[in-house]
This record gives sequence, structure tokens and C-alpha cells, in this order.
Amino acid sequence: MSLNMNEKIARSKRRSEMFAFGIFRALSFLVVAILFVILGFIIIKGGSAISWKFLTTMPTDGMTGGGILPAIIGTFCLVGGSILFSFPIGVLAGIYMNEYAKDGPLVRFIRMMTNNLAGIPSIVFGLFGVSFFVITCGMGDSIIAGSLTLGILTLPVVIRTTEEALKAVDNSFRQGSYALGATKIQTIRKVVLPISYPNIITGLILSIGRVSGEVAPILFIVAYFTTKLPTSVKDQVMALPYHLYVLATSGTNIEKTRPIAYGTALVLIAIVLIMNLLANALRRYFGKKVKMN
Amino acid sequence: MAKIETKDVNLFYGDFHALKGIDMQMEENTVTALIGPSGCGKSTYLRLLNRMNDLIDNVKITGQILIDGEDIYRKGINVDELRIKVGMVFQKPNPFPKSVFENVAYGLRVNGINDKHIVEETVVRSLKHAALWDEVQDKLHKSAFELSGGQQQRLCIARALAISPSVVLMDEPASALDPISTAKIEELIYELKKDYTIVIVTHNMQQAGRVSDFTGFFYLGELVEYGRTADIFTSPKKHQTENYITGRFG
Amino acid sequence: MNKKFIKKLGEKLIHGLLTLSGSITSIIVLLIVIFLFKEGAGLFNRSTLGDDMVLAVNKSNPLNKIKAAKVKAIFDQQVTNWKQVGGKNDSIIIIRLEDLSTYYTEEQLGANLENVGACVSKLTDSLSGAVVYVQKKFVTKDFKGKVLPEEHLSLTEFFFGKEWFPTAVPSAQFGILPLILGTLWVSLGAILIALPLGLGVAIYLAEIADPRLRGVLKPVIELLSGIPSVIYGFFGLVVIVPLIQQAFNLPVGETALAGSIVLGIMALPTIITVAEDAMRTTPRAMKEASLALGATRWQTIYRIIIPYSISGITAGAILGIGRAIGETMAVLMVTGNAGVIPHTYLQPVRTIPATIAAELGESAQGGIHYQALFTLGCVLFVITLLVNLGVEYVSSKRKF
Repeated sequence: MSLNMNEKIARSKRRSEMFAFGIFRALSFLVVAILFVILGFIIIKGGSAISWKFLTTMPTDGMTGGGILPAIIGTFCLVGGSILFSFPIGVLAGIYMNEYAKDGPLVRFIRMMTNNLAGIPSIVFGLFGVSFFVITCGMGDSIIAGSLTLGILTLPVVIRTTEEALKAVDNSFRQGSYALGATKIQTIRKVVLPISYPNIITGLILSIGRVSGEVAPILFIVAYFTTKLPTSVKDQVMALPYHLYVLATSGTNIEKTRPIAYGTALVLIAIVLIMNLLANALRRYFGKKVKMN
Repeated sequence: MAKIETKDVNLFYGDFHALKGIDMQMEENTVTALIGPSGCGKSTYLRLLNRMNDLIDNVKITGQILIDGEDIYRKGINVDELRIKVGMVFQKPNPFPKSVFENVAYGLRVNGINDKHIVEETVVRSLKHAALWDEVQDKLHKSAFELSGGQQQRLCIARALAISPSVVLMDEPASALDPISTAKIEELIYELKKDYTIVIVTHNMQQAGRVSDFTGFFYLGELVEYGRTADIFTSPKKHQTENYITGRFG
Repeated sequence: MNKKFIKKLGEKLIHGLLTLSGSITSIIVLLIVIFLFKEGAGLFNRSTLGDDMVLAVNKSNPLNKIKAAKVKAIFDQQVTNWKQVGGKNDSIIIIRLEDLSTYYTEEQLGANLENVGACVSKLTDSLSGAVVYVQKKFVTKDFKGKVLPEEHLSLTEFFFGKEWFPTAVPSAQFGILPLILGTLWVSLGAILIALPLGLGVAIYLAEIADPRLRGVLKPVIELLSGIPSVIYGFFGLVVIVPLIQQAFNLPVGETALAGSIVLGIMALPTIITVAEDAMRTTPRAMKEASLALGATRWQTIYRIIIPYSISGITAGAILGIGRAIGETMAVLMVTGNAGVIPHTYLQPVRTIPATIAAELGESAQGGIHYQALFTLGCVLFVITLLVNLGVEYVSSKRKF
């Protein structure tokens, strides 16, 4: 007996596949469209607000005019401070987790904690930043308090990036190095890190884009408005994303603040885009180099 | 008319010329063994016959492949229908994460056959046909992963038989199994010959000798020699074939 | 010999440094827990009346304690008889500091309010139904009435209280039910939008799109996850909110629906990435087996690949919900932030994170409102902990 496939069944199989695939294709293009609508909207609306002057002057007239210089500088300081903290520690922690830690209850605990830290909502970091860095440590509403708060928020991302990059290094490289009598640290320094650093760096660059746009953790630390540029880490600064929030929600003079808000949004988006492009370019560059070797 | 016929078949993976001008004919109700060292193209050739290579990107195929006189690469052919006619058993047992029963019934269900009686009857018949019925009749609704490796492979054979193919392709079906399970599979192949045309890729020279009527020796993408198994094994015409069969390389 | 020793010491030092770095996340989590709960627990240990305020009543008033909700009901005049709050049958006479002038002349109260204490004492003594809300300092030594202490907030009142009025006078209300429901509504709506969309894209990426198309789509999704939440909020505020307002003809467009749409878009990358990764773990052999039996690719997807990767897909969905629950800025900007129990998606709601973000700046440090916001932080923390545990449980489940 042979199963003669019924023409009707064959057709219905084809049809349901075409239908389903059509839906999935449409959904995917919808998601792409969403991205382009958001980006396009901000770029078009923000493009007309942006000028060299906008980027390099102080806000004026109760934030209804002028530029966004202090917010740009503030964000620069906060992000810079946060990566000074999170990158070294995060990379070291990643190396520890992947190269040193033996799979046991301790490592499982640490991994669980790292996962938990990654899952904590950013506003909770904001609360912690206020009660720990600002009040208990006496740092006040300063760059350093903001940087550290953003830093601990970024830490899990950095750790995970590093770990994944290290994991991608084939074990045979390590064994080859050990076979030549190298110690663990020599192996990591001379073999593992040189192979994995392109991936680590790409990940870190992406995380800079992320942290530049975070508001909730520093909501209670950064300044609503200041025209004073920071001179020490104890100063309070403005931040781009918070500035955008303020302009978008509490402006009394919407006609005047909206263009500034669009401009600020565009600057923020530009930072994220540049970081993404940079990361992709590096990925391609390193990818080629590896192939050539 | 030959059951399967390939005429000057070439296959490229990108720039790599993986099969070079393969001409081959296989008769109905015979077992053909494809042998050769790893990477010689024998598995690639096997997977041409049910268009499994379609899943790989960047593949180019030229030439003609006819099954029952029909070009299976002709435009507009229904690939699903082809695959119902040409069943396949893979290198490693790969049951679905479903019950024993549902594994065998899968091919029926995806082809629109849901009638309880027909499905039940076919499953039982296929399991019996694959010489597995006695071992699993009281485990039909347990997970297929609870079976042993050899049982799983026979389950995969039963699964392939359930949709009544006329050709069964086997890609090293016993390579992952222990000797006892292997013996069972070989016995089964011998039995199945009565109803099916079988093409089997194998690494194992003795196995090819035991189960097949015809043998084709592949080397570096070429079909070096093809003929009756008895002839190939006792009086190979080509030097490479002899070297391979006597274990001098491969 | 010496060189060897230094080398060894160096290795030990580096190992120590690495271990320390490795444990830093655990230390931070611990610190977060300590500081969050230290502040947050204080809420249940103090009066909601305001730090130096008291309620004074007549000595014969049988009540010994009163709940915050009842205080509010009394002062809102929803309750006018002591019987309704468990006392004797007597109508309630509300007296605030400023009301004293209806009973006494300015002279009697004293130019510098030096006689207020005596007046309060007299009033509570003479009016059996009086309840006087004044500063503690006015309850003097020879006070003839009695102070009616307020019951501390209970966990039940906190979680199931229907009113969130952290600055209400005389008695602040800390019922977070509207906030919890607001958070759940918005997140649920978000996941209803994001799940079908995200799964569809994940399937398309994992099984349908050819590599070149995939190479275009993946960076798009990466970018989508990189856009700051405040940008989503801003976009929501200037585009989606007005659209909703027009489409449904509402007085305001800032609604739960707006929040759900924005959050849904934001949750997409998480769901897509996790679900796609899960689907990619389906063994190739299993897919081929299905195709070899004459199944179409679509049949293979829904009969084999989705069941096989269902735990990963579930993990993605849970993670998506977790992200939605914790998201702050975007929600703050588009949901309208009305702290009432929602009835429809076309109504403003207020979520837990948005509440913290909006109110911490206004609350006095160390005050009861401040502590209440930390308690909200604890609630969020516990929710995300549960989400993480859920993800871990789901993805650790044996795959057949």
C-alpha cells in the first residue's frame, strides 16, 4: 500500500506554509519599520534644531532657548566615570568567572547574583544610589555618585560580555599553552586575551551606548538645570537623557521647548548609533584580520 | 527502467566541486551501498536523492536525477511529495521529543492523515516491519528517548516506513550503534529489500559486503567504480578501489 | 630562587584580585538588599500622621488606636459618627489647628499661640466627640483629654490598600494596590503586544530568513534594544499618545494602552533574541528528520522546533515581562500617572517604578513618604528576583 498524497492535502500544506511565512515576514518588516519610524522621526525633527551653537552653548531663558552644552558635558563625565569603574572590574570578574572559577556552589552563587544584578530595574539602582553613595558615603549629588551608580548598573553587562568572549576561545589554545609550560596567568595574558579582546572591546563599546541613555538610576542625582560646568568630581551635572525628560514633560512653553527636546533626543540617538556603527565596524575589521592570519 | 538514475550530476558548495559527473542507475528492490573515505561525497550524493541538500545555502547542482523516470529537480516539483516517496534514516538516531507512537505517526499527521484507525494500524504495522514491535508494544506512549540507541534507530526506520516510501535512503544507519544493534539493523535491511529500494552509505566494508547487491566506490567527489558487490569486493577493476577495500587507506 | 618567589607572589596577588572582582556583584547585590530593606522596613514602624503630629480626643472616647484609613475617612467627612469607626454613638467634631479660631478668640489663643495647649485640653475635655489634629507640642502636661495613637501600617494594608496618597493630611495613605495593578496592566498589555510580534520575528530569523536578510535584521534588533528608554518615552509622548487620544476620542491620550504599546516595543528585542537563540538549539538532525518525512518547513517549525525550544521561548517571555515591570522612564512619560485602580486600558494608570521616579525627588529624606518609596523599591526588587528565579527554573527544565 502506498500513501498517495492527496492533491488537496498537498495544496493545503503549501498554502498554510505560505500563509504562515507571509505573516512572519510581515511581522519582521513591521519591526524594522518601527525602528525606522522612530529613528526617522527623531532625526528629521531633531535635525533642524541641531547646530554647532546648539551643541556648544548654555541653555537660556529657563531652558526655552540656547543649547545643551552642560548636559552633553555632564553625560560625558558620568559615562566616563562609570566605565572607569565598571570596565576594569567587570573584565577582571569575567576572567575570574570563565578562567579561574571551578564549577561549584560558590561560582553558581556568584553567577546567580550577577544575573540578579542584571535583572534589577534601573530605578532600584536609583534608590540605592541615593541611599548608599549620596547619603551613606556622603558623596552628595555629585558626578562621582552618579558615575558609581551607573557603573554598578553596567557591571553585569561587562562581565557577561567578557565571559562570552572568553568562552568563544577554543580550549585547544589553552591546552597548547599549558603544554609549553606556561602558567595560567601567562596563558590568559598571552593566548586567551589576545584572541578574545576584539569581542570584549565590541561589547564594551555597545555598553557605552546603553549607559549614555540611562536616566532612572541618576534621576535623583543629576541637576535639573545648571550653567556651571563641572570642575571636580564633587560637582553636580546635568545629563542628556534627563534633560530630554525634563524638556518633554515639564516644559511650560511647549512651542519653544519641543525643538530643543528633539535636538537633545537626536544627540542621544546619535551617540547610540555611533557606538553601534563603531562596534559593527570593529567586528568587521577584526573579523577580516582573523581570517587573514 | 531503473528506479533511480542520475546523469552527469555535479554539485558545488560555493567554489568547491563536491560531486563530479556522477552517472548511476539503481534497480528496484535492490540494496546499493555507497562506500569511500570521509569527505568523498557519498553522503552528499545520498542527500541529493531526497533533496536534503536544499537546506544548505550556496549549493549549485547540475545534471539530472530521475526517480521513477521523473526529474526530481525539475521546476514545480513538490519536494514534500518527493520526500514521502523517498524516505531517509540518518546517521544518529534522531527521534522527535514525542512518544514512540507519535514518532511513527508523525509522517502521517503532517500529511493530513488523522483517522485514528488508519494511524493506529499503520504505526503497528511499521513497528512490526522495523522489528521493533515486540520490544515497544507496552511502551508506545512513553518518550522515545527512553529507548536504547539501537531501538531508537529502528524507531526511526519505522517512522520512515510509516509513510510508505518506495525508496529508503540510509546514511550510515549503524555507525552509532553497538554490534548487536548493528546486526539487527542489517538483518532488517535484508528484510526490507523485498518491498523497498534501498541506498545505504556506510563506512564499514564488511557491512557493505553483507547487505548490498551493488556497491559504488566514491573518491574525491568521483564515482570511481560501480558494480555488483560481489565483483567489487572480489575483483575490483580500479586500483584505488582495491586499495580502499583492502584497507590500505581511508 | 628569589625570582621564583616574586613570580609566585605575583600569581597569588592576581588571583586574589580576580577573586575579589568576581565577588563584587554579590557584594553589590547584598548592599542593595541591605539599603533597600533598611529604609523600606521603616515604613511599617511609624505613624502615618506626620512626624510631630498627634490626634487628641476626649478621655471618655473608648478607642485606643485607630487606623490610618479611618483617620482619613474622618477628616474627609466620609465618617461622621464614632460608631462607624468602632467607638460609641457620638458625632465626630473635627478640629484642626486653624479651626481653633472658631472656638476661641485670637486673644484667648495668645499672640504667639502660647495658650493653644490649654485650649486644646479644654476642648477635648468639653466636647465628647472631638478629635483634634495638632502638633505634639500642644499636648501639655496637664492635658485633660487623651492622645489617640495611630496603628502602624500593616503589610495587608500596604499591599491591598486601595489608596495611595502619600502626602495626605492628616494621615498619609500607603495602599499600593492601584500601583501594583497599574504595573500589571501595563506589563500584561505590553507582553500581549510583544509576544506574538516577537515570536514571529524570532521564527523568521531562526528558520526562514536567508543569511543575508538575517544579517540585516539582527543589527536592527540590536539597535532597537540600544535606544534609550527616555527616547521611547519621548516618541510615545509626541506620537503615540496623541494618536490614541484622537483614535478613541479621549480627554487625554496618556493611558495604560500607550504604556503597553511603548513597553511592548521595548520588550521586543529581549523576546526575539532569547526565543531565537532557543530555537537555534534545536538539533539539525531533528529538523531534517521532519522534512525527510514530507513535512513542510512550517510544519517542522510548529510541530518540532517550537515544542523543542518551548522552555527557552517561555524564558524569553518571562524576561520580557520582567523588563516591562521594571521599566521606568518610558512609562512615566506616557501613562498619565493617575494612582487609581484601572478599569480600562484607555485610562491613565501609575506603575510602581514611575511612582518612585516621580515622587522621590519631592519626599523629605528619611520621612515616611521617602521610606514608602523604598518599600516600593523592595517590592520591585522581589518581583524581579522572582522573575529571575522563574527564568532559571524554566530554562533548567530537562529537555525531554
